[in-house]
Amino acid sequence: MAEMECVFERPKSLLPVVTNYCPGCTHGIVERLVAECIDEFGMEGECVGVVPVGCSVMAYDFFACDMIEAAHGRAPAVATAAKLVFPDYLVFAYQGDGDLASIGMAETIHAATRGENITVIFINNAIYGMTGGQMAPTSLPHQVTQTSPYGRNPAYAGYPIRVCELLSSLDGVAYLERVSVDSPKNVRRAKKAIKRGFQNQIDKVGYSLIEVVSTCPTNWGLSPEDAFAWMRENMLPYYPLGVYKDIQADGFADAAEAATARAAACPLVNGTSGEE
Amino acid sequence: MSEKVLMKGNEALAEAAMRAGCRYFFGYPITPQTELAAYMSKHMPKRDGVYLQAESEVAAINMVYGAASCGVRAMTSSSSPGVSLKTEGISYLAGADLPAVIINVQRGGPGLGSIQPSQADYWQATRAMGHGDFFLPVFAPSTVQEAADLVYEAFDVADRYRTPVVILADGMLGQMMEPVVLPPERDLADLPAKPWATSGTHGERAHNVTNSLCLDARELYEQNVERFERYAVIEREEVRAEEYLTEDADIVVVAFGAAARIARSAVNDARAAGIKAGLVRPITLWPFPAQAVRGCNAKAYLAVEMNMGQMVEDVRLAVEGAAPVAFFGRAGGVIPRPDEVLEQIAALAEGIGE
Amino acid sequence: MAQDMQAVLAGFGGQGTLFAGKVIAYAGLIEDRHVSWFPSYGPEMRGGTANCSVTLSDAPIGSPLVTEPDAVIAMNQPSYDRFVLEAKPGAVVVFDSDLVVPADARDDVRRVGIPAAKLAQDAEMGKLANVVLLGKLWAEARFCERATLDEAIRKCVPPSKAHLVEMNKQALEIGMGA
Repeated sequence: MAEMECVFERPKSLLPVVTNYCPGCTHGIVERLVAECIDEFGMEGECVGVVPVGCSVMAYDFFACDMIEAAHGRAPAVATAAKLVFPDYLVFAYQGDGDLASIGMAETIHAATRGENITVIFINNAIYGMTGGQMAPTSLPHQVTQTSPYGRNPAYAGYPIRVCELLSSLDGVAYLERVSVDSPKNVRRAKKAIKRGFQNQIDKVGYSLIEVVSTCPTNWGLSPEDAFAWMRENMLPYYPLGVYKDIQADGFADAAEAATARAAACPLVNGTSGEE
Repeated sequence: MSEKVLMKGNEALAEAAMRAGCRYFFGYPITPQTELAAYMSKHMPKRDGVYLQAESEVAAINMVYGAASCGVRAMTSSSSPGVSLKTEGISYLAGADLPAVIINVQRGGPGLGSIQPSQADYWQATRAMGHGDFFLPVFAPSTVQEAADLVYEAFDVADRYRTPVVILADGMLGQMMEPVVLPPERDLADLPAKPWATSGTHGERAHNVTNSLCLDARELYEQNVERFERYAVIEREEVRAEEYLTEDADIVVVAFGAAARIARSAVNDARAAGIKAGLVRPITLWPFPAQAVRGCNAKAYLAVEMNMGQMVEDVRLAVEGAAPVAFFGRAGGVIPRPDEVLEQIAALAEGIGE
Repeated sequence: MAQDMQAVLAGFGGQGTLFAGKVIAYAGLIEDRHVSWFPSYGPEMRGGTANCSVTLSDAPIGSPLVTEPDAVIAMNQPSYDRFVLEAKPGAVVVFDSDLVVPADARDDVRRVGIPAAKLAQDAEMGKLANVVLLGKLWAEARFCERATLDEAIRKCVPPSKAHLVEMNKQALEIGMGA
């Protein structure tokens, strides 16, 4: 028998364990992409991942690199410290919408504005999955959830947060892209975006966040396929896919250079911070 | 020996922490601990260390969590309201068995309270530094020298038992200057190895995970039991108190930190007035030096605190009804005076017929 | 060895009372005594008044907060009015006689008023009224050896302002002679 070539295998950075994810959940796809990227950089041994509270709370068991489980919303603060200790490692935070955009918004904004050289993977499925389907900061207007049983009423529940758009104004941010994993083509794009986020760390360009518009078939009460259809119909108009910030495409070496150029009229910005 | 210098308590805490090998400090401004953060911001860069002003106390303690997880000596400091915000992260540090040092330069409370010296966080420090079943060692310095010495040792205790450690200071100690001989600069290569740290597998070992989540009830129970076995060792090995004139004392005053300074003056005054008074000064608040207190066999005890009466409960637990335990305190930032304490001692002496 | 001293130095923020207090504390340190220096802090400082307690002693110091001073430097009226009342019988209260009207009824404290700000200005050392008053307090209370005081000044003036050491020492002399 001719020797067979192996064309598909589990990434080394993903451990051979059973996950806790529901059938049809996109977490598995995204985590695989993250693991593939770590493998391709050959940095599994020099990598620290930080996972949130939410459905991916136990992702510390899935990745083969060293992992830290953070308190709800605090992953960017934890990742900030890990990166300070190991500036040459890959450090990523993997967070859901409640974790990143609700309870952890302060940590998110400030890690971004400090320009921490970390990569944040943001899973936006417009719902709190782990706790059983409550309204999230990214739930759409009039979306029915367990805690918005008559639909999210913007009159008192306000409007969803568009995280990429929000962060795009911050000077520490190097790269923002919103992707999805609802088709092979989009999966490939998502991987490219995640890899770019990691590359930015290696190049010390600044903060990168990849938002993955995702689904929650279980809590949405839909089949995986119908969930993707619902996502395309309702979420993508609200959360359009695309690149929201790319400092290098704008012609800058890194976020710091772009920030200085943006505020060129401010004399202080052109100074330096000395040390005694 | 190192030169004696005049330093604020806040600055001595910062300097001694750096000399203990702490190179990661995450802070947030709050009176009366601000000089500590300011000192760190000035001196950490000169030692290739990190000073980071976090967006909040919550973020700061979680940065400590991240840094501690990566195996380095990390610290944060705050004052009472800020420490309340940190309790979330402290519980996670305890649950994940991470060593770290947290300094509380207490002020009056509750709520926003005052900015004056207080000891109103005794209960918080010794009983409830966050949710869940845990203790952590609490050191209570009463001089600037002791502040420097204890923060230096706190990192070792934290590493030895894999636990967060609290230095419970107060606005008086933080703000005052006293002569201090600083501990020697510690060789960073000499710091203990931390095989559990998330410092990168380098492809040579299975991954390390820092975590306080455990969904299996039996397993979580066993984790708690193991942690309390460690606490039992701490109670045995690390308990500390200073005894002053207790040997023949009829009245023993129990006071810690700033209040102990005042109590000591009052004890001296009582002795001068012919009253056999003594002082037990707990240096560790948890573990509480119950033996030292009980062992005095005093005819009466007086707890003196800068609060409405918190440690007095531990004194009563220690004495187990063998003698009356009275309390005298001033709260809200009011500093008790030695003559007020002396009055209490005299009243107790009269009560026992001395 | 000098006697124990519990001092309060008070004035408006910017008048240098905390600095003058530090000089006393350093003098104690140099003579290897027990020393404490405790400032008023926080909004109280930013509200305009600043004071510090300094204790020199041959025994361990209890509370660093001085509630019954035996030495006071008052650089403005509110500070004088407050601390003259807290002073121990027999205390020395040194104040700027151009800025303070001693209207209190204490007859058991020693009031020593000198025009410190004017003396400093005349000697072209505009801001050193605090050190002039400190010189006067030393002349009254002799809380350390004379030479120690100059050494304490050297310790307290930051290296970046080393050129001001001599002027500070002259300000002490002016106060002592006033």
